[in-house]
Amino acid sequence: MNEQPKSDRPTTRRTFLRNGARIAAMTGLGALAGVVANRSTAEGWVWQIDPQKCLRCGNCATKCVLEQSAVKCVHAFAMCGYCNLCTGYFEPEPNALTTAAENQLCPTGAIQRSFIEDPYYEYKIDEQLCIGCAKCVEGCSRFGNGSLFLQIRHDRCVHCNECAIARTCPGDAFRRVPASQPYLLKTTHAH
Amino acid sequence: MLATLALLTFSSLAEPRFPPPDFSETNHQLPITTTPAARAEWLQYLDVAVLAGCLGVAVWLIHKHRSRRGVFWLSLCSLAYFGFWRKGCICAIGAPQNIILGLCEAGYTVPLTVIAFFALPLIVALFAGRAFCAGVCPHGALQDLLIIKPLKVPAWLEHALGILPFIFLGFGLAFAATGTGFPICRYDPIVPIFRLNGPGLLIALAALTLLLGMFVGRPYCRFLCPYGALLKLAALASKWRVRVTPDVCTQCQLCANACPFGAMREPSPGTIAPKLLTPERRRLGWLVLLVPALIVGGAWLGGRLAVPVSRLNPTVELAERYLAQQKSPVNYGVMTPETLALQRAEHDPEALLKSAADLQQRFRRACLAFGGWVGLVLGVKLVSLSLRTLRTDFEPDRGACFACARCFRSCPQELVRIGQLPASELPSSASIATPVKA
Ligand code: SF4
Ligand code: SF4
Ligand code: SF4
Ligand code: SF4
Repeated sequence: MNEQPKSDRPTTRRTFLRNGARIAAMTGLGALAGVVANRSTAEGWVWQIDPQKCLRCGNCATKCVLEQSAVKCVHAFAMCGYCNLCTGYFEPEPNALTTAAENQLCPTGAIQRSFIEDPYYEYKIDEQLCIGCAKCVEGCSRFGNGSLFLQIRHDRCVHCNECAIARTCPGDAFRRVPASQPYLLKTTHAH
Repeated sequence: MLATLALLTFSSLAEPRFPPPDFSETNHQLPITTTPAARAEWLQYLDVAVLAGCLGVAVWLIHKHRSRRGVFWLSLCSLAYFGFWRKGCICAIGAPQNIILGLCEAGYTVPLTVIAFFALPLIVALFAGRAFCAGVCPHGALQDLLIIKPLKVPAWLEHALGILPFIFLGFGLAFAATGTGFPICRYDPIVPIFRLNGPGLLIALAALTLLLGMFVGRPYCRFLCPYGALLKLAALASKWRVRVTPDVCTQCQLCANACPFGAMREPSPGTIAPKLLTPERRRLGWLVLLVPALIVGGAWLGGRLAVPVSRLNPTVELAERYLAQQKSPVNYGVMTPETLALQRAEHDPEALLKSAADLQQRFRRACLAFGGWVGLVLGVKLVSLSLRTLRTDFEPDRGACFACARCFRSCPQELVRIGQLPASELPSSASIATPVKA
């Protein structure tokens, strides 16, 4: 048929160039991957909040890429004073120390208060309800033992390459931590 | 003020304000603070294995089996796995940012998985073209699904918009190199769909992209995807090209309109008189000389913009706000995240100002490089526009072709190969005088 005579010269020249480019690219890619891999770990990184740096600003409730923020309040029970007048649970000037909604600081009623023994009460977080607004954390840190604090919950977090809350965090409290130790739990209320 | 001071000194003692009870009466057991684990380690190896497997299958489907249906089902699987199951994160598109951050920041190590996601699709592209785009990338798969009536984008617009991915790539890398963030991930217009979630603006952008995608094939891939820019470069040097026809092209022109992405190229018109070539050569010479000038100009402009751009970094921005506050103090009033940050700055201004100065230095270098890169991209585009490629057959452009395999069945030779057309009914170029719309 009318297959045009292939002009050999440009074809071979182009093939030659292409092969050269490919070899160069492979070498470059290999070198790059090598340099980066040299410092790399098999382990992945996840984001976490350093509770000592958290300023309780409220961004965590709204800035996560998830509609229901992956950040929740957690409670270090060993640090808790089990106070009757919990400043993380009650409004600053509560009408009464009861579980009535108007007395509570938490906008969603996510903290469950239960009587343990006189005069101690236990406070547990219902993660389904908590929106990570840090209101209770602020109350507890300011006037209490600081046993309430925020953490990214890794069963909810989708592990964004760049955490959307991290870049708006005024306390610079977000950092990458090894995936095998993905929490920065509080043990002391120190500054 | 005094009260806060008192509080601060009080709380700086590690002693709790209210000693935890020992529950001598009831022997109450403290509940345990739960720590749900992050994803299991082996799952990330599964991700890499699925990536490698899908890439292999894609290459086989495109080059050996030549099956559009196969590519389609493979891309659906990838969409389900990498898109809706892995929620678009881990992804090759964002990986270049991790790589450059790993190079530029000593404290950041890139996980091996991310290196694999960065390198594997590129290596495959160097040999077999953009098999990743065809069958593995969830972004591509989603847009591919939604094509209803692809319109032809005019050549000038295609060329003009075609440089955006390269510029976005440079921007993303420059930004990531300063440690400020990953804009390629931040402004990804597809991921909110995988998550069925996201900030309002991004969801609107996602909807817009999908809507546009019904009439312009793969708009994100062609006009924004920064990883696509890398794949394009790699595919230009690919060893095996995607071929419309399984064997010979009879110039029947049936495939001319088969590609929804404008990647099909026509044979070049016969030979050109040398007389006509001379002015073209001269113009090319001038353009080649223009490239270094563009690079230098771009770098200069980039350097000038470094300081304003660096304010996008929260630390630099905070330092500037701190300095402004020192000059003319304003009362904080209600505590907002911004004022809280300012308060923090006042605790240790030296450290803040120092890290801000370091960051500005990094921004200066990054902006210089980015400006130069934009100049280079523009220059190379101009040069490439006036290059002639000698083509004897209809063939997909190596760089632009997503290897989706749609066009294969438009070729009568292919129909003969798979037995859908008797060889006797092959149209020859002689029998077709006018181009036929596919
Ligand atoms: S106050 Fe906010 S952070 Fe604390 S439990 Fe309620 S929703 Fe969660
Ligand atoms: S990494 Fe993403 S999902 Fe997790 S807390 Fe940050 S923004 Fe939310
Ligand atoms: S161009 Fe980008 S988004 Fe499109 S398929 Fe390729 S890698 Fe995916
Ligand atoms: S395989 Fe064919 S239809 Fe698909 S992108 Fe390449 S040229 Fe276009």
